Amino acid sequence: MKETPLSNCERQFLLKAIEEKKRLDGRQTYDYRNIKITFGTDYGCCIVDIGKTRVLAQVSCELVAPKDSRPTEGILFFNLELSSMASPAFESNRQSELLVKLNRLLERCLRNSKCIDTESLCVVAGEKVWQIRVDIHVLNHDGNIMDAASIAAITALSHFRRPDVGIQGEEVTVYALEERDPIPLSVYHMPICVSFSFFQQGTYLLVDPCEREERVMDGLLVIAMNKHREICCIQSSGGIMLLKEQVLRCSKIASVKVTEITELINKALENDRKVRKDGGKFGFAESMPKERITALKTEVAPVEMTDIEEKAKEIICRTEAPSEVVSSPVVCAPGTGQVGEGLQNSWGLEEVDALEDDVGEEREEQDMREQLEEESRNAEKGDVVVISDSEEEDVVILHEGTQVKHVKKQSVDSQQLAPSTAKRRRRRKKQVI
Amino acid sequence: MHNARNAMEVESSSTCALREFGCEQSLLSRPDGSSSFIQGDTSVLAGVYGPADVKVSKEIHDRATLEVLIQPKVGMSGVRERAQEQCVRETCEAALLSSLHPRSSLSLVLQIIHDDGSLLSCCLNAACMALMDAGLPMGCLFCGVTCAIDRDGRIVTDPTMQQEKESRALMTFAIDSTERKVLMSTTKGSFSVNELQQCIAVSQRASEKIFQFYRDSVRRRYSKTL
Repeated sequence: MKETPLSNCERQFLLKAIEEKKRLDGRQTYDYRNIKITFGTDYGCCIVDIGKTRVLAQVSCELVAPKDSRPTEGILFFNLELSSMASPAFESNRQSELLVKLNRLLERCLRNSKCIDTESLCVVAGEKVWQIRVDIHVLNHDGNIMDAASIAAITALSHFRRPDVGIQGEEVTVYALEERDPIPLSVYHMPICVSFSFFQQGTYLLVDPCEREERVMDGLLVIAMNKHREICCIQSSGGIMLLKEQVLRCSKIASVKVTEITELINKALENDRKVRKDGGKFGFAESMPKERITALKTEVAPVEMTDIEEKAKEIICRTEAPSEVVSSPVVCAPGTGQVGEGLQNSWGLEEVDALEDDVGEEREEQDMREQLEEESRNAEKGDVVVISDSEEEDVVILHEGTQVKHVKKQSVDSQQLAPSTAKRRRRRKKQVI
Repeated sequence: MHNARNAMEVESSSTCALREFGCEQSLLSRPDGSSSFIQGDTSVLAGVYGPADVKVSKEIHDRATLEVLIQPKVGMSGVRERAQEQCVRETCEAALLSSLHPRSSLSLVLQIIHDDGSLLSCCLNAACMALMDAGLPMGCLFCGVTCAIDRDGRIVTDPTMQQEKESRALMTFAIDSTERKVLMSTTKGSFSVNELQQCIAVSQRASEKIFQFYRDSVRRRYSKTL
């Protein structure tokens, strides 16, 4: 499905509002929308909402062989997916330009900034290392996917715990979560992306653009920074020229925003840790808003099953017993099996056998007589005389088969040949069995 | 007689219950209809787009084309998801009055948020709530119920992941709201005809609870006060 295009009216309205330092949702120029972080029941699973943009992240791990170039380092793998749930314009399983851009930016922000200690992920040097996989699903697209994805990724990574591993000599044991407490990843710092959108060739600047604003913007600057004010990655796209002062100003704004967001993440992580420790309820089910009119929750509902057995019996009694039509399998030709009558395999059968199909079973009694007649006729013709079922029968059949072929069309009498040969053939089969 | 019944109830209440369930509708801004359905710890998010324009190759001249996508939390969707997609699609097609929107597309995207057993039934429930939220015409509502038969032959409704693993047979039914008929069934493991009928009967009972929940949530949604 295609994205609905933005009308000129809307475009002009948006640009005019930006000129007047007003935003659609009533924010100031440098304001972020509300950020909400919720954790799932699994370790390493979180949902991040920035306004209406919603992103789900899940971290998982797996033991793999390390890369040849870095035998003592674990592997970090990022996979951001633009689910078609997020926007009708997104198509699942398609590498769009936006998707590639976002994935690459995420990799640069989190892998290349070395925020996760990959060396501690090594189990056996050169043989087994942990591969940490971060799956990010965009669930609702309302602008600024990048910031949401980077917050979700680093939060999920900080929340994640991998199973403990024990090494005794050559043996590597991975302990289940119940056996030994899982180990958190060592996170050195938390790089967080902050997006700035520029309008009118860089005259106006907005932090955290929403979807409408993204559509009318001229350029985008993304700065990934940690709370120590270290820039981890910076990218400008959209092809606008930025002055040095503009970039510096953006980095200053970013440092403020990053400090705020890092604090929020730490608070959310701390909250979750506390709830888990106290044995309270946690997970998405708990974070579901109860005060909303669109949400409803029930308690455990028992299902009464007192008369279930009677009901089942009644239904079974009422149904008719299956009619016993299945007879023993009939083998029509060697190598084929069949249940019941009707469909017969005619592949690779000689014409003689095909003829047998037409004749049917009712003729079986006649066969005996016909055989006798036929044998006498054969004798008249001076062919090999068959008196009993012997090994020589083969010869007779082959000969007769050819005879049948050219006599077939002429008379009814010749048709009688066919069943007899077939009959004999069948008898031979029986002997073999 | 009274005693025997009591004893049975005690036994059944321990095994046969639906976990606490919850639902939120219209929680996403982009899709035309959305819902998240939670059964215990199992959670599925659903989004519906449509009726909208359809690709010519997928166009059906007398009804709407329904596409269902199930996205797992980790990795790409595989054969398992495809099979589940088909189950959900066939159920939705049975319930939707798709002939009212010919030559258009409906797409339903289901995102698995957490899997703790009875995933397919949760998907079905989330799908139904999302379709309702999108305001698509339906002949009836539907719900999904999963039943497991454990080693001792007892029926467990809405099993958790652990119960699913310990079960001998696992069945999921989609049940319609008007006549409580089975719209779709999928099973795993071995069971007798008697057990199958029992499970269907249990699911029909359980479906009443779910439909009551649907009713309550819609009533709450369109009420003036909380």
